[in-house]
Amino acid sequence: MCLLMQRSSASLTLLTWSRIKMQLARVIGTVVATVKNDSLEGRKLLIVQTLNWKLEPSGKPMVAVDAIGAGVGELVFWCRGKEASFPFKREDTPTDCTIVGIVDSEQHVTT
Amino acid sequence: MIIARILGTVVSTQKDERLSGKKLLIVRPINVDGSDTTGYVVAVDTVGAGFHERVLVVAGSSARLAQGMKDVPVDAAIVGVIDTVDVVQN
Repeated sequence: MCLLMQRSSASLTLLTWSRIKMQLARVIGTVVATVKNDSLEGRKLLIVQTLNWKLEPSGKPMVAVDAIGAGVGELVFWCRGKEASFPFKREDTPTDCTIVGIVDSEQHVTT
Repeated sequence: MIIARILGTVVSTQKDERLSGKKLLIVRPINVDGSDTTGYVVAVDTVGAGFHERVLVVAGSSARLAQGMKDVPVDAAIVGVIDTVDVVQN
């Protein structure tokens, strides 16, 4: 029973961590969209490739709204979900993926 | 946000009243090089996108933040029509 509880606790922890979506990514490109939601006017759209803890590409690239002035080639961290709209006017900025910080360099990532 | 291509439309008469007047489109997520992936999503159009166009799709609760989507029961919304995608390969 105790073992079972430990196991379920471990899987719960894993589940919780897998839901946290603030991860590292590399900016690999840009997207231009003229016709878009008014609240996205003037926002930079970038393509980000998510990275694993070894800074190797993992998963599919996504389009992210830039909140801090990142550029192509930079290592960034980003958040997903409803929280992605928090850097902007949060009630009317439809984004589920936003770049919220630039990592100084790869040497500043210690794993 | 994901990049997707519009594949078709959905017509629904009996639906939540807050969805009245909203255009429902079938979109397929695509890769950044333009190639198709599998699967599809039914998304609400907020920008007037057309057939075969590449669009930006917002998923999850953020879809409700799009124009005219406040308190509307949606979890995928089209928020932009893509002109170009530039990918720099290292």
